[in-house]
Amino acid sequence: MELLIKEIIGKYNYWLYIILMMIGLYAIIAKNNLIKKLVGMNIFQTAIILFYISIGYKKGGTLPIIEIPHGHHTISPESIDISKYINPLPHVLMLTAIVVSVATFGVALAIALKIYKEYNTLEEDEIRMRLRGK
Amino acid sequence: MKKVALIVVILCGAILIHATSEFPKWGEINSPASLHVSPYYIKYSVEQTDVPNIVTSVLADYRGFDTMFETTVIFCAGLACFLLLRIFNDKEEETESIFYRHIPSGIIIEFKNHEVDIRDEDFELIDSKFVPYDLIIKTVCRILIPFIQIFALYVVAHGDFSPGGGFQGGVILGASIILLAISFNLKTAIEKISEKTLGVLSAIGVFIYAGIGCLCLILKGHFLDYGKLAKILPIDPVKARAIGMLGVEIGVAITVMAVMIIIYINIASQGKHQEGL
Amino acid sequence: MYWILDLMILTLVIVCAIGAITIKDLLGTAILFGAYSFMMCLLWAIMGAVDVAFTEASVGAGVSTVFFVAAIFRTTRRTRD
Repeated sequence: MELLIKEIIGKYNYWLYIILMMIGLYAIIAKNNLIKKLVGMNIFQTAIILFYISIGYKKGGTLPIIEIPHGHHTISPESIDISKYINPLPHVLMLTAIVVSVATFGVALAIALKIYKEYNTLEEDEIRMRLRGK
Repeated sequence: MKKVALIVVILCGAILIHATSEFPKWGEINSPASLHVSPYYIKYSVEQTDVPNIVTSVLADYRGFDTMFETTVIFCAGLACFLLLRIFNDKEEETESIFYRHIPSGIIIEFKNHEVDIRDEDFELIDSKFVPYDLIIKTVCRILIPFIQIFALYVVAHGDFSPGGGFQGGVILGASIILLAISFNLKTAIEKISEKTLGVLSAIGVFIYAGIGCLCLILKGHFLDYGKLAKILPIDPVKARAIGMLGVEIGVAITVMAVMIIIYINIASQGKHQEGL
Repeated sequence: MYWILDLMILTLVIVCAIGAITIKDLLGTAILFGAYSFMMCLLWAIMGAVDVAFTEASVGAGVSTVFFVAAIFRTTRRTRD
């Protein structure tokens, strides 16, 4: 029983991230509106980014900015305690991913605008009907 | 379709939740991800690059190639948006009526037939979906925008020591121009920073990044090896790395700013660059 | 005390995500999506990823919501699901 509670406290974060990711996947597959699909795509993306950030997290660690003692300009590598600082590597990878995600989101919206101009609707089944009608 | 989707999603979720049993606990200090490369970055970041913010030093120096091509991706996204949406003839066919504004008085005239074509100094063609302005919003935004821009420049310049850097500063700088376009209208924003300038700026950002890399090549170092900049700057190689990173961040900020504005003006006016939102 | 805040914000994030994909108005989707992004930014700030949180606050909650509203202004608010 105690082991189960420990397992739940250690892992509940990952489970909630997976639920979030699955909400995004459901929206991509089942929703009919193109904009809703884009929102699903973005939710999926942020859930993955959240997962990466949580991998780098250390309990009791502080921000990944090195604390230089007052009056000094540098700090020797030996005096830095690694477990005190959060792992910065996932942050770097995900920071660029967020900015690229907004750029791709802009391109996706541009394509949606073009589709609306051509077919006058954003619903997927209506677009398919019109394609068949032509 | 919805039932199939639900089944697929639940199956996927079950498999992934099963996989979490192998993971280290949340927040564990000795998780495998924190043992291999990152201790090196944490230990030597200040000694080798003189930048206390490890995220910036890894972003712009240790993994500089990655960031350079991310910047190129953003540039390409702006280019794609421009090519997809931009329309160069300003008359549209489908709408029911055409609107003209008499500039000195601000009166708006609606024409039902399409044959009208006024080519006069005092009249301008406006968008059929124009939104009237509000004096309070205009005044508040006029006061606010310079402060937003100063904050953005601070974020870019101070990225070495505190959270921030090229991406964030560039986005805030772009957002200030977008705020101008929302609170006034799109034409005012385009007068301040024209489409041609934006296109050139978005390319210049990438050029600055790659140019600093090539400068290091000319100075007999590796590509993006900022330490070699010490030969032309009156500082030691460790400080030169910090300066090189600052230059790179400025390039990133210029590209991101220009691309954000390009995407906004093309989406908000559907490529016609009239009044917009 | 610390994990309570984390759990609360995670719950809010999931509520915002479900709301954003179920509401029958695209403008509502845009606003809920902005709220979702901002909650996400708080979550990252809790985990110590200040740079990422800063980026998300300016990009996800700021500029992408503006793009979204602009696109809806140019297309339609109507949706069937």
